[in-house]
Amino acid sequence: MMRFMLLFSRQGKLRLQKWYLATSDKERKKMVRELMQVVLARKPKMCSFLEWRDLKVVYKRYASLYFCCAIEGQDNELITLELIHRYVELLDKYFGSVCELDIIFNFEKAYFILDEFLMGGDVQDTSKKSVLKAIEQADLLQEDESPRSVLEEMGLA
Amino acid sequence: MVVPSLKLQDLIEEIRGAKTQAQEREVIQKECAHIRASFRDGDPVHRHRQLAKLLYVHMLGYPAHFGQMECLKLIASSRFTDKRVGYLGAMLLLDERHDAHLLITNSIKNDLSQGIQPVQGLALCTLSTMGSAEMCRDLAPEVEKLLLQPSPYVRKKAILTAVHMIRKVPELSSVFLPPCAQLLHERHHGILLGTITLITELCERSPAALRHFRKVVPQLVHILRTLVTMGYSTEHSISGVSDPFLQVQILRLLRILGRNHEESSETMNDLLAQVATNTDTSRNAGNAVLFETVLTIMDIRSAAGLRVLAVNILGRFLLNSDRNIRYVALTSLLRLVQSDHSAVQRHRPTVVECLRETDASLSRRALELSLALVNSSNVRAMMQELQAFLESCPPDLRADCASGILLAAERFAPTKRWHIDTILHVLTTAGTHVRDDAVANLTQLIGGAQELHAYSVRRLYNALAEDISQQPLVQVAAWCIGEYGDLLLAGNCEEIEPLQVDEEEVLALLEKVLQSHMSLPATRGYALTALMKLSTRLCGDNNRIRQVVSIYGSCLDVELQQRAVEYDTLFRKYDHMRAAILEKMPLVERDGPQADEEAKESKEAAQLSEAAPVPTEPQASQLLDLLDLLDGASGDVQHPPHLDPSPGGALVHLLDLPCVPPPPAPIPDLKVFEREGVQLNLSFIRPPENPALLLITITATNFSEGDVTHFICQAAVPKLFRILNPNKAPLRLKLRLTYDHFHQSVQEIFEVNNLPVESWQ
Repeated sequence: MMRFMLLFSRQGKLRLQKWYLATSDKERKKMVRELMQVVLARKPKMCSFLEWRDLKVVYKRYASLYFCCAIEGQDNELITLELIHRYVELLDKYFGSVCELDIIFNFEKAYFILDEFLMGGDVQDTSKKSVLKAIEQADLLQEDESPRSVLEEMGLA
Repeated sequence: MVVPSLKLQDLIEEIRGAKTQAQEREVIQKECAHIRASFRDGDPVHRHRQLAKLLYVHMLGYPAHFGQMECLKLIASSRFTDKRVGYLGAMLLLDERHDAHLLITNSIKNDLSQGIQPVQGLALCTLSTMGSAEMCRDLAPEVEKLLLQPSPYVRKKAILTAVHMIRKVPELSSVFLPPCAQLLHERHHGILLGTITLITELCERSPAALRHFRKVVPQLVHILRTLVTMGYSTEHSISGVSDPFLQVQILRLLRILGRNHEESSETMNDLLAQVATNTDTSRNAGNAVLFETVLTIMDIRSAAGLRVLAVNILGRFLLNSDRNIRYVALTSLLRLVQSDHSAVQRHRPTVVECLRETDASLSRRALELSLALVNSSNVRAMMQELQAFLESCPPDLRADCASGILLAAERFAPTKRWHIDTILHVLTTAGTHVRDDAVANLTQLIGGAQELHAYSVRRLYNALAEDISQQPLVQVAAWCIGEYGDLLLAGNCEEIEPLQVDEEEVLALLEKVLQSHMSLPATRGYALTALMKLSTRLCGDNNRIRQVVSIYGSCLDVELQQRAVEYDTLFRKYDHMRAAILEKMPLVERDGPQADEEAKESKEAAQLSEAAPVPTEPQASQLLDLLDLLDGASGDVQHPPHLDPSPGGALVHLLDLPCVPPPPAPIPDLKVFEREGVQLNLSFIRPPENPALLLITITATNFSEGDVTHFICQAAVPKLFRILNPNKAPLRLKLRLTYDHFHQSVQEIFEVNNLPVESWQ
């Protein structure tokens, strides 16, 4: 299974962290710091896989963002690359030509999209269409609620 | 509620606008104060916005624990917006170590049973991300109900939640096993994928489940076959490959089911061959499926032809322009090199090509694989490649490469001269990276090859004359020159060009080594002893040697001083014995290559020894042994020999006593620990050159099906055994083991009292 996924910038700023195994906040910070250092030190022509602690790490750089997954020994590195790519495609479709700023200013959306694609570290749906549709519906639900809450606020609901 | 709170995006912009870390901290602290106040006031309308802001600063590394309770309130709200952020907060902030996390159990339960589908989705997602064992136990019935609901959106999530629950609470397998059969008939890819993941998890945890699910192998084969032959479907295909995620997951389950099972393996044989030959390999998606297929073929009981096909696929991967593909190929071939050696051998040329990779992680794997492929027929060619690699490889690979070459040379050397040349080359190229026993090994080797003494000393002399900085080389060269100095001066040797060396040059070189600041203390010891030996090998009047020896009699280094004084004494008082003492050494008995076998077993040698460590220099140990025999039997506590010469009478006996002690009787092995297939054995050896020393080797073996990870073994002896057992008390040993096995932590502390009698007598 996937243990965790990180998104971070070239400058080492964390943009998303999804942990699929219970880890303390302190331990998480330590692991993130360490792994970021290792990945950022890699030269551009090196392969996307490395061994870190007792895990395998699969990472890929898209523009200014590193997408980094830690997987276990029996997991398939090549399919994990496809997984990362699929997530990027989903973000791209949702935001329309996604860039790092989109993910910074809408970080909660990035999480929501990830949570429709993966669960517990495993892929839950292999159809791009299906995942995007689910997000769309959830967004609509949120929008429906907004005017209602203003009216409520004014005591007119 | 007068001041309108900042919108999330406005806060983010303000934080990013901060020019310094201090400024950022200020902005955030100010905002957090507002957020805290808002939480205190209990404002329900903006709560979700406040929490979202808090989650953002949390990601930047700032504390956010005061938001934990707010997550609970948001989850309990009836609004979807609130729940969405609340559940996200729960996943990011609630830690199963704190009891607070349990408080959302009730909300989750309500949402699972009564919520609309998107809400059920949120609840399931949260549960599968941060659900603790307790929560999983409480909520298993709810999740079970959702497994068989009509909506695929909820079902696919419920299935993956079940996977998480089983990971946390293995006993829940009994709840989630029965629905699998029915779920496997679904057509929805998400449900199928989740089900196969679930079955995989069940099978990995329980042999009974594994046996149970073997019967679905035909069905899995059918599903995969349909996928592969179905053709392109826009919804699930990637680069022309039908749903590679699902294919890979099925292949992985087939691997687990087919392992060690003839019948299942046979059922999937044809399909695997089909996938292996028909998958499009132009893009990564296809290669991912192909890779998983290869792993499955190699792990089950597949037909020989299929195995060769799989290895050949890996061989093709090695030629792929994509670095990632080459990486997985090298890793897999390394795993296969023991079991399918001849198949992997066929790809040796390609593997050797990979040594030239610029990516260090690839060249490292290529190195390991190349070393594993060396055998007696290809050793010369391989060594050439590896030595070329040694010259240009990155520094962190030097040590492994050097020791690998030396090991391979030891195992497969076609001739002694080739072996000596190889070691010499390694010492000159990467001398500082070789292991400590390389020196001893080489002197042993040279010593044993009488016909090559002249050749060796000539080559070593030349090497030393060029460079005195590589310590292992210098040590061996010094030793050799000392031993075979006469051959060096004799001038003729068929193997290399004749070289005229005169005595003064040789002495000057050794003196240079002695004086050089680059020489380690041990090296200087070698040089001094070599000089001393030359006093009997050379024809001159030894004045120069005597001078050097007497100078070093006041050297600050105690070891060197001691030797110098002893040698000086030899000159002055025992000159009649000098020739005999400095005779050419007999061959020292040695055990076979003490290779590190670090496969799945961990080995730890505990040495119980006397105060002085076993010297690496055979000649010095002989000298010490000879002088030690003055004290009597070898079992006693040994002190470094005193400088005052013992009464002349005792010295006479020196020459009567044998130089090599008789080999001791072997001591039986002892099994000290066994638990669920993990075993620990102790074996005992007394090295013949030092029978007072007892080498205990602890071997840990794992006979069970489960992996053992994080294995640590620590050994301790009572203090009184640190000096070698003068009272011959029964030896006691305490061992402490910690490891992970079958997903549980094991810690064992125990004492070993029943060591065989021969070990301490």
